[in-house]
Amino acid sequence: MKILVGIKRAVDYNVRVRVKSDGSGVETDGVKMSVNPFDEIALEEALRIKEAGKADEVIVVSIGNNDVQQQLRTGLAMGADRAIQVETGDTLQPLTVARVFKALAEREGAGIVLLGKQAIDDDCNQVGQMTAALWGRPQATFASKVVIDGTTATVTREVDGGLETLEVDLPAVITSDLRLNEPRFVKLPDIMKAKRKPLDVVPLDELGGHAGAAPATGRHAAPAPRSRGVMVGDTAALVAELKNRGLV
Amino acid sequence: MTNKILILAEHDGATLNPGTAKAVSCAAAITEHGGGTIDILVLGEGIDGVAAQAAAVAGVNAVLVTDAAHLAPPLAVNHGPELAAAAEGYSHVLAPSSTYGKDVLPHAAALLGVNALSDIMAVEGARAFKRPIYAGNAIVDVTVPDDVIVCGTSRSASWPTAAEGGAGAVQARAATSQRAAHTRYQGLAGAGGDRPDLQTARIVVSGGRALGSAENFEILYRLADGLGAAVGASRAAVDAGYVPNDMQVGQTGKIISPELYLAFGISGAIQHITGIKDAGTIVAVNKDADAPIFEIADIGLVGDLFTVVPEIEQQLS
Ligand SMILES: Cc1cc2nc3c(=O)[nH]c(=O)nc-3n(C[C@H](O)[C@H](O)[C@H](O)COP(=O)(O)OP(=O)(O)OC[C@H]3O[C@@H](n4cnc5c(N)ncnc54)[C@H](O)[C@@H]3O)c2cc1C
Ligand SMILES: Nc1ncnc2c1ncn2[C@@H]1O[C@H](COP(=O)(O)O)[C@@H](O)[C@H]1O
Repeated sequence: MKILVGIKRAVDYNVRVRVKSDGSGVETDGVKMSVNPFDEIALEEALRIKEAGKADEVIVVSIGNNDVQQQLRTGLAMGADRAIQVETGDTLQPLTVARVFKALAEREGAGIVLLGKQAIDDDCNQVGQMTAALWGRPQATFASKVVIDGTTATVTREVDGGLETLEVDLPAVITSDLRLNEPRFVKLPDIMKAKRKPLDVVPLDELGGHAGAAPATGRHAAPAPRSRGVMVGDTAALVAELKNRGLV
Repeated sequence: MTNKILILAEHDGATLNPGTAKAVSCAAAITEHGGGTIDILVLGEGIDGVAAQAAAVAGVNAVLVTDAAHLAPPLAVNHGPELAAAAEGYSHVLAPSSTYGKDVLPHAAALLGVNALSDIMAVEGARAFKRPIYAGNAIVDVTVPDDVIVCGTSRSASWPTAAEGGAGAVQARAATSQRAAHTRYQGLAGAGGDRPDLQTARIVVSGGRALGSAENFEILYRLADGLGAAVGASRAAVDAGYVPNDMQVGQTGKIISPELYLAFGISGAIQHITGIKDAGTIVAVNKDADAPIFEIADIGLVGDLFTVVPEIEQQLS
């Protein structure tokens, strides 16, 4: 079985993102870029499935310009067998990304498409759901546990009401939540080895190209600020303040 | 073009989730730009009670009820195709930005061949919206082209619950799809309990890594019960296993907007703050005077939560 893993290059989660003063976007010059944290978790899970003997090959996929090769190399260093860059210089909408994953899943005959539940830049939380819909295959989003048993997967999902469990036939789309696992650290020799692993570049048009009318993004603004309030000296003062404001 | 808006109801088979009435407020804001109607789609089995609740939301024109065995429990692979089929003829399709809405809406949008907007927080025009990106560190204006259905989730913390008193017409709508055989529901392990719901409670008491154990969370449950409050937690507290996942507040947990949020032993990481920015008043108790949470707290107290929590409880009783 092959597992396709989505790897999105995104601003590192430790960076405090700032809106550009002209409102045209967010500041990305000189900002640290990383693998979207949910995608690292997705890749870790794929590697564990392979290490348990339940998959033969883990393929990392990123859609973007040549910069994404950096994140694909990180994925290879973590242990993926090969990488595919779907090349485009354009800003992408989740529907286009989903079409790419569907096309690649069919081309590769993938058993699982493992994505992050959400990219921490656009915070869309859509690609997995859209891929499952277009592909007509099971959709197990927000996974905190995945058990592969032959031709099925049992997936525990983090939902508002608690933990939901689904049994799905493979092939299927699974998206990772934070508690699925703790990704491994990359070791230096692995980085060297990763340089020799295959990385194919495929043009976006070969896999369907852009999907439909995209929403246009306009001005970016900083959120309404919350400012520092008052500090109180002890519990009595805290309770008095709460009572004064009619909150308790 | 007048707006014709369809809202996907969220419910547990018996009760309409408040996120639905919040989505109605978002829809009402859309109708301020060119008028229009608001319908609600209820999918499930044995859902007349839910349909009646949906019809009673002020501003609702019609409630479409698709009652079919394969629509319970609410799986995206079954609800997505029904929502997409029901969407025909509508200008907008909305769902609450809960885990349910986020699971189903993008699925339906893909079947309709359109892009989707997550977490609509403001309406600027019938096709112009604001939504948060980068964990709420930026708010972006988004405009949807004229010739496509607007599909989006409404960010619950941004919208008030629409009032009751509506008299929508309840109409049966036949199912167009069948159960997806490739996906089987195995159950839901709900944390349950009778404490108020995190997303609708007026007061939320929340704890972080500093609590140190599941047992220690008891002091927060006691305080919360005295206040009639819900209990939340940081990711660190959930990861450590002190509390279940459905209590997590933040970028990847629940985004909440209570009148009063009391944070005990939470440092104030950006991902946590994202979840509480819309709270009326934020109170922080932390033993580190430099904790980032104090930068956004309305009332701050430097102190040990294990002393302060029992003191608050005592002074309020
Ligand atoms: C992609 C991603 C998504 C994330 N999503 C979320 C999310 O949705 N929600 C979330 O919360 N986090 C999220 N996080 C994690 C977040 O970055 C922080 O790690 C987490 O919020 C820290 O939790 P904490 O404040 O409880 O713990 P800590 O940061 O360890 O803080 C504990 C605090 O307790 C104080 N303290 C210790 N003892 C006491 C005492 N006795 N009395 C009073 N104060 C005391 C300390 O001074 C400290 O400030 C996410 C991270 C990533 C990478
Ligand atoms: N450009 C991309 N390249 C590779 N994977 C992507 C890309 N965009 C999104 N994904 C995958 O889809 C997931 C969800 O993204 P989103 O729906 O945009 O929040 C991410 O966690 C990735 O796994």
